Amino acid sequence: MSPSVTVNGAQRELPEDATIATVVQELTGRSEGRGVAVALGGEVVPRGEWPRTRLREGAEVEVVAAVQGG
Amino acid sequence: MSALEIAGRRLASRLILGSGGFANHEILAQALEAAGAEICTVALRRLDPEARGSVLDVLDRAGVQVLPNTAGCYTARDAIVTAQLAREAFTTDWIKLEVIGDERTLLPDAVELLAAAEALVDEGFVVLPYTTDDPVLARRLQDVGCAAVMPLGSPIGSGMGICNPYNISIIVEQATVPVILDAGVGTASDAALAMELGCDAVLCASAISRAHEPVAMARAIRLAVEAGVLARGAGRIPRRRYAEASTPHEGLPVLGGTA
Repeated sequence: MSPSVTVNGAQRELPEDATIATVVQELTGRSEGRGVAVALGGEVVPRGEWPRTRLREGAEVEVVAAVQGG
Repeated sequence: MSALEIAGRRLASRLILGSGGFANHEILAQALEAAGAEICTVALRRLDPEARGSVLDVLDRAGVQVLPNTAGCYTARDAIVTAQLAREAFTTDWIKLEVIGDERTLLPDAVELLAAAEALVDEGFVVLPYTTDDPVLARRLQDVGCAAVMPLGSPIGSGMGICNPYNISIIVEQATVPVILDAGVGTASDAALAMELGCDAVLCASAISRAHEPVAMARAIRLAVEAGVLARGAGRIPRRRYAEASTPHEGLPVLGGTA
């Protein structure tokens, strides 16, 4: 079944077998994700692991990028 | 004063720009040029799919190094994860470490800051901590391996300048790493004072981005930093309680008047 996960605080239904790479692609329209980083359950997931990191039901994903600040 | 070097990187510019508060990317780009900055801070926030263009593109086009910060973090744990995210996003080990202890003053939380600094140094980060103007804390940060210390002149965005120049002087005296005055600069003279006190660089955001004319202020502060460096090298005269005439008394004609 397709998992329901939280991405940046919002519930999202994802396709079956969805990975972090799927989420980044959906949000940015790109796959390489330069300038983007991802935390899963509060732990950073290195870019190289995005395509093989499957998202299970209830997963909490944070996808961040640069903004002006500091 | 020899060239500024942070973690082995030589920098011609002693003014680091903070990208916060600029009305748009175009003004930020112009301010970067006017400031002559080689490094500019960015923050990390949840990705906004609607955002048009990235601040990262502005910095890339200007050939400026990205210095990610941990703004908004209140615990060592949050700051460490944010630094790890930044390393992943921008492929840089450099991190401007901010661990805030209070919403109203935005003053650093010394205990969390030191813990985060130590952990990040162990993970191989080049840590540039935003700290109070406490010389003891600055020394502790330098002792755990921070690449620079960045004491505040006064609270972030307050524009109150350098409230305790004596502490900044003491931090400079004991420093074995560059001292970058961070926060509090309100106008050019504050930046000049920082350099006259012996700081190695100034980090400036609000003073430039929220000025009526940000690009003009970027240039003003750049020149002030240069002036401050020259003045520091030239050596100020000692302060005296009474006047010391610069014109000789000898040879003064007697003209008959009486006081």
